Amino acid sequence: MNVYLDHNATTHARACAREAALKAIDLSGNASSVHDAGRRAKAVLDRARAQVANLADVGSREVVFTSGGTEANNLALKAFGAMPLLVSAIEHPSVLNVRKDATIIPVGPDGCLNLDALEQLLTGNEVPMLVSVMAANNETGVIQPIEDVVSLARKHGAMVHSDAVQAAGKIGSAWQQADLVTLSGHKLGGIQGAGALIVRKHISLKAVMGGGGQELGMRPGTEALPAIAAFGAAANEAVNDDLAGVASWRDALEHEMLAAAPDAVVLGRESERLANTLCIAHPRIDAETMVMSFDLAGVAVSAGSACSSGKMAASHVAVAMGHDGLARNAVRLSLGWSTTQEDCLRAAAVWKDIVTGFEERHRAA
Amino acid sequence: MTMDTANIKLPVYLDYHASTPVDPRVLEVMLPWFTEKFGNPHSSSHSFGREAAEAVEKARGQVADLIGADPREIIFTSGATESNNLAIKGAANFERHHRNKRRRIVTLVSEHKCVLESVRDVEREGFETVFLPVDQDGRVSMADLDRVVDDETLLVSIMAANNEIGVLQPLEEIGALTRERGVLFHTDAAQAVGKIPIDVEGANIDLLSISGHKLYGPKGVGVLFMRRRPRARIEPLFSGGGQERTIRSGTLAPPLVVGIGEACAIAGQELEEERGRLTALRHRFLERFNARVGGAVLNGSLENRLPGNISLRIEGVDALALIDLAPDLAFSTGSACTSDVVEPSHVLRAIGLEDGQAGSSIRLGLGRFTTADEVDFAVDHLAEAVGQSRRQAGAA
Repeated sequence: MNVYLDHNATTHARACAREAALKAIDLSGNASSVHDAGRRAKAVLDRARAQVANLADVGSREVVFTSGGTEANNLALKAFGAMPLLVSAIEHPSVLNVRKDATIIPVGPDGCLNLDALEQLLTGNEVPMLVSVMAANNETGVIQPIEDVVSLARKHGAMVHSDAVQAAGKIGSAWQQADLVTLSGHKLGGIQGAGALIVRKHISLKAVMGGGGQELGMRPGTEALPAIAAFGAAANEAVNDDLAGVASWRDALEHEMLAAAPDAVVLGRESERLANTLCIAHPRIDAETMVMSFDLAGVAVSAGSACSSGKMAASHVAVAMGHDGLARNAVRLSLGWSTTQEDCLRAAAVWKDIVTGFEERHRAA
Repeated sequence: MTMDTANIKLPVYLDYHASTPVDPRVLEVMLPWFTEKFGNPHSSSHSFGREAAEAVEKARGQVADLIGADPREIIFTSGATESNNLAIKGAANFERHHRNKRRRIVTLVSEHKCVLESVRDVEREGFETVFLPVDQDGRVSMADLDRVVDDETLLVSIMAANNEIGVLQPLEEIGALTRERGVLFHTDAAQAVGKIPIDVEGANIDLLSISGHKLYGPKGVGVLFMRRRPRARIEPLFSGGGQERTIRSGTLAPPLVVGIGEACAIAGQELEEERGRLTALRHRFLERFNARVGGAVLNGSLENRLPGNISLRIEGVDALALIDLAPDLAFSTGSACTSDVVEPSHVLRAIGLEDGQAGSSIRLGLGRFTTADEVDFAVDHLAEAVGQSRRQAGAA
């Protein structure tokens, strides 16, 4: 049995999500139709909307369903025309690449947003601005100071968008204070194909797509009922997740890995991190070799984010933290709701084998 | 008239244009992807991801086969609305940023809302737009098209089959004209693919939109076909991880993608037989209904029509009242999207109907699971509802 430690890329569907998706698939109606079949589809949609609203601690009418996190991020950032935009250097590509004219807010070596830099960028600028800072980083798991970002932004009359794709269901509540929040179903244990943009009621935004006027006019297209139902169910369950086990296994795994390779670097170790994420760089083994060796040993890990992968680019997150030399060496192990302690022990053993094997060959050469 | 309704599941679903049920055979291939299989198809570094990527590629081939395309020409999206937006805005944005020569975009007044809105959006960006009329059959005039398509024209977007009245447009003729003049041809084929033969080669189609849930696949997935030779160039709508050859960023949804793939494969295998069966069922409905109810007229061309579409205007009835009077039948007045807001259909107006005539029009969509018994049941209940409605109107 293979071990899967790539839950930040995608996590498999929870039983409740699977059940919700299957029930939704059985409904043939279009949620916008006025007949009974349409009304039943609408009821499923409404229920999921309430569940997601509860996760985000907002009202149901503040939830705009999208096809996923990427679309939600694009919608949030494109909706305000040419309004000046500040984005952190460690954002997901679906935030970082949306507007070429965005100003980058740096992060420190600890992986946390540089709040002084943000304040400088906001100060003296009297036009309304949009600030986009993720709630927790997908590669390192480092939790960002969203509470401070929000209060700085408020002080300067700026709006805040937060990509909480990785954070939702794992940490509350600071990201819930943002004006716009991105969520993804499949990262919570739903299925792929549904996400949401939370649009707080004081914000009005312009749709990226034109169409039938669904989702209060902000996102047209027939709603992806099965994926949305699964998203709702997963959101409902995720709020009650107990991550204490995951946290202790991750810490033990990290401890074992560092013991086997004392000069390896855990990115963001000194910062507050998501309990499930471990990003580690071995100074002499590149990420490509590392993930292939893990794969051959039956353990699924990744080098940075999944996206278009194929070839492994240097991690922009490691570079932003000043670890340029490690940017091609960082691998990510991410635990999920279904991870067991055995999975972590196995991963630690595999790492140990890879590292010792490498050192032995190196010494022999 | 009485009949044996024991085998009929109520309400009878007659709204196959709004959405189709997922075929059980499609569901079967989707199921493993809800649990034991779950990789991110873009995670190439491990077997979970590679298995998902293989499944996605298989589906890509299945979709391509149905429309005579190359798998590399298939881009997965979240649905036809996104595909239509991507095709129209993507083509306009590419032109604006890279060539900036052709300024005109041509479409029909009877297109789906998301096409009309996309065209209006690019109009605001400075493109010249032409909304061509249709005749009372619902068809475009090739002479009109000939007049507006020239070397200033960037794109012609004309749907394959209308979502309200089921009328088919002459794709081959349009494609011959656009190809000859170096103009991109986009067609919203959400209602047509899998129902009638579509061949992107034969019709010289450059961009084509497909919806999963209109052909017995799941909601939440669609396709944009993008021709490679000559290359149809468009810009993406979303930025991000660069998936789908950089045209459509975002994690693909393997359960939904394998679903639309299988749906296309099944539709292709059964298309000819099903087309004949539905045409016969439609004939049966019209014949029996007209025998029972006077003053019912089919909207749009009968000859050039989707096999499962019936759009009827029925004298002396209000369509919305009819829906309430026939609760055992699930049908609609027109397009689903905006049915919260009741306004006269832009499609029915386009074929020359007065608001009153449009208001007495209903849309029935027959599909893969519609049986002859259900058709007879529908005739019976609808005829009764019409009688009741007319009596109420008379009494008032």
